Amino acid sequence: MELIELFSSAVEALLLNKTRTALAMLGIIIGIGAVIALVSLGQASQQAVQSQIQSLGANLLTIIPGAIQTGAVRSAAGSTTTLTLDDANAIMSSPQVTAVSQVSPELSRRSQVTAGRNNSNTSIIGATPAYESVHNVSIAEGSFISAQDNTGVRTVAVIGPTVASDLFGTSDPVGQTVRITGIPFTVIGETVSKGGSGFANQDDTIFIPLNTAQKRVFGLNYLTSIALSATNANVMTDAENQAGYLLLTRHKISDPSQADFSIFSQQDILGAASQVTGTFTALLSGIAAISLLVGGIGIMNIMLVTVIERTREIGLRKALGAKDNWVVLQFLIESILLTVSGGIAGMVLGIILSYVISLLINLPFTISFYAIILAIGVSGGIGILFGWYPAKKAAALSPIEALRYE
Amino acid sequence: MAAKTSLMIEVSHLTKVYHTGDIDTVALSDISFIVKKGEFVAIMGPSGSGKSTLMHILGALDNPTSGTYKLDGQDVSKLTKDQLAEIRNKRIGFVFQAFNLLPRTTAIKNVALPMLYAGIPKNQRIERAKELLREVGLGDRMDHTSNQLSGGQMQRVAIARALAMEPSIILADEPTGNISTTQSGEIMHIFQQLQKKGHTIAMITHEPTIAAYAQRAMHIRDGKIYHGEKLT
Repeated sequence: MELIELFSSAVEALLLNKTRTALAMLGIIIGIGAVIALVSLGQASQQAVQSQIQSLGANLLTIIPGAIQTGAVRSAAGSTTTLTLDDANAIMSSPQVTAVSQVSPELSRRSQVTAGRNNSNTSIIGATPAYESVHNVSIAEGSFISAQDNTGVRTVAVIGPTVASDLFGTSDPVGQTVRITGIPFTVIGETVSKGGSGFANQDDTIFIPLNTAQKRVFGLNYLTSIALSATNANVMTDAENQAGYLLLTRHKISDPSQADFSIFSQQDILGAASQVTGTFTALLSGIAAISLLVGGIGIMNIMLVTVIERTREIGLRKALGAKDNWVVLQFLIESILLTVSGGIAGMVLGIILSYVISLLINLPFTISFYAIILAIGVSGGIGILFGWYPAKKAAALSPIEALRYE
Repeated sequence: MAAKTSLMIEVSHLTKVYHTGDIDTVALSDISFIVKKGEFVAIMGPSGSGKSTLMHILGALDNPTSGTYKLDGQDVSKLTKDQLAEIRNKRIGFVFQAFNLLPRTTAIKNVALPMLYAGIPKNQRIERAKELLREVGLGDRMDHTSNQLSGGQMQRVAIARALAMEPSIILADEPTGNISTTQSGEIMHIFQQLQKKGHTIAMITHEPTIAAYAQRAMHIRDGKIYHGEKLT
C-alpha cells in the first residue's frame, strides 16, 4: 500500500485542526518529557556518585580486618586487629600475587589536633608513600610523606584543606606545627580538595607516616586497613582472590567463610550506591509513566471524536473501494503520527529540562541513547495501543450509514 | 472475468428486508429487471419507494436478503466485505447527490482517490486524473480544492472520479439534486455523451425532466417495479 500517501493525508488531517492536535499531544509531551528528564537526572546522579567513588582511587581494593567467629559470636567487621604490616608487605612481595601493583597499609584513628589556640577533632591516617597513588591524592603545596619520613619515624604531617582552614585559616600551613595527642608535627604538605562528602570526607584528614602513627602516636602494631591497587580494571577479581588467598594462608584459615578480614572493591560500594539512586529513578519514572497513560487516553478520546466527525469521509472512501484494512491503517497512522511527534517534542522538552536542572544542582548533563529510543518507541506504542480502537471503529462503519451521516 | 453477455445488470427476485427491533420493513420485494450494456436507465419513484435501497444493492454497498444480482455476468449478491469493496472500486462509478468530494482536497486528488485504492502508481494516477478532468471540461481547475468550485463543477469532478477505474456501470443518485437548473442541463449532457461513448448508466431521480435525458425509465413504488416504459 501507499504509505507515503497515507502519511501525507494523515499530516493534512492533523494540520487541519492545529489547536486540537497540539492539545492532544500535550499529554504525551508532558509524559515523555517527565520520563526523560527523570531518567537522565537519575543517570546523572548515578554518574556523579560513580565519579566520586572513582576519585577515591583507581582500581582500588580495600581489606579491612574483622568478622572473626568465636563459637557462635561473629564480631563486626573492622573491630578487630588481625591485619598487620607484615600482611601488607607479604601481599606486595608475594610472587603469587600478580594482579596487585601497589599496597598501602593504613592505620586510621580519630584524634584531637591543635595548632596554637585552634583545635579540631579529625581523622589521622598513618600512611606510607604508596597511599598517594593508591588513593589518587593530589598535593596542592609541599609534598606527600616520603619513604624516609616513614623509616625515620619523623613527625611530619600532610593535611587536608578542611583541616588547614580549621587550624590555620587563610595563612599558609606548610612549615607550621600541629600537635597530635600533644606531639608536635611539622606540616610538609597540603592536599587538593576532593570535594569529599558522604561516607568519607577526605578533605578533613591529616596524614602522618605509618611508623610514626603506630609507634609514637597511638602505640598500636596493627593496621585498620590495607588498600590495594589492581594493575588494571580487568584483573580486579584476580587481585581480590590472590590477596584473599594469601591472607587466608598467612592467617592459617582453611575455610574462606571463616576469614578474619573482608575485601571490598569500589564496585561493591558502587553497586550499593547505584541501587539507591536506581530505586529512586524507577519510582519517579513510574509516576511519570502514569502521565503517559493519561496522555494516551487523551489521544484515544481525540481519535474517537475525529472518527465521528469524519464519518462521511470514511463512508465515501469505503464506497470508492477502500477496504477495512486501509481505513484502519489510515487512522492508526494518524494517531501514531500524533503520539510520535508528541514524543519527539516531549524528548526535546525533557532534554532541556534535565539540562536546566543539572545546571541548577550541579550534576553532570547526560543524554542517553536509551532516552531517545524510549521517546520514539513508547510514544509510537501508545499511538498503536490507543489508536487501535478508534481505527477499528472507523473501519466497522457501514458505507451506507456513513454516507447518510450529516 | 465474467462470461460474455449483453446484459450489464441482471436482477432476479431481489428482496431486501430491514429488521428494526421486532418490526420487519420490506424495502424491496421480489424485484426482477435487466439493464443492457450501453443503456442509460432512469430509476424513478417517490421517497420511501425503495429506490435508494435498490441503488445500494446495485452499488455493492449492501447485500440483498434474497435473490441474485449479477453485474456484467458476475454474481455479487453473496460476496464478502472486502470483495464488495473491490467490486465498488473497479466495477462501479458512483455519482452522489451531495457530490461527496474530499473537503480541502484538489480536484486531481479527488479523481485519483479510487486509483489509489486500486494500487495504481502515483504518476499514472495523476496523468489519468488530469485527462479525465479535461474530458469533463475542468482542464483549467484541476488544482482547485472542492470548496473553490461551484456545485456543477463539483459534480463534474465527481463524474471524472466515477470514470477513473473505467467501471462497468455508472450509478448516479439524484446527480442534479443539489445544483441549479442551468448547470443540471450541462451535467445531463455529460451523461448523454458518456452513454454515446458506450458507458452503461443507471440514474436515480424523482424529476421527470431529468429522467427524460435517459433512454428509458423504471418506476418503483412500495418496493416493486410497476412498469418500465421505453422513452426513446
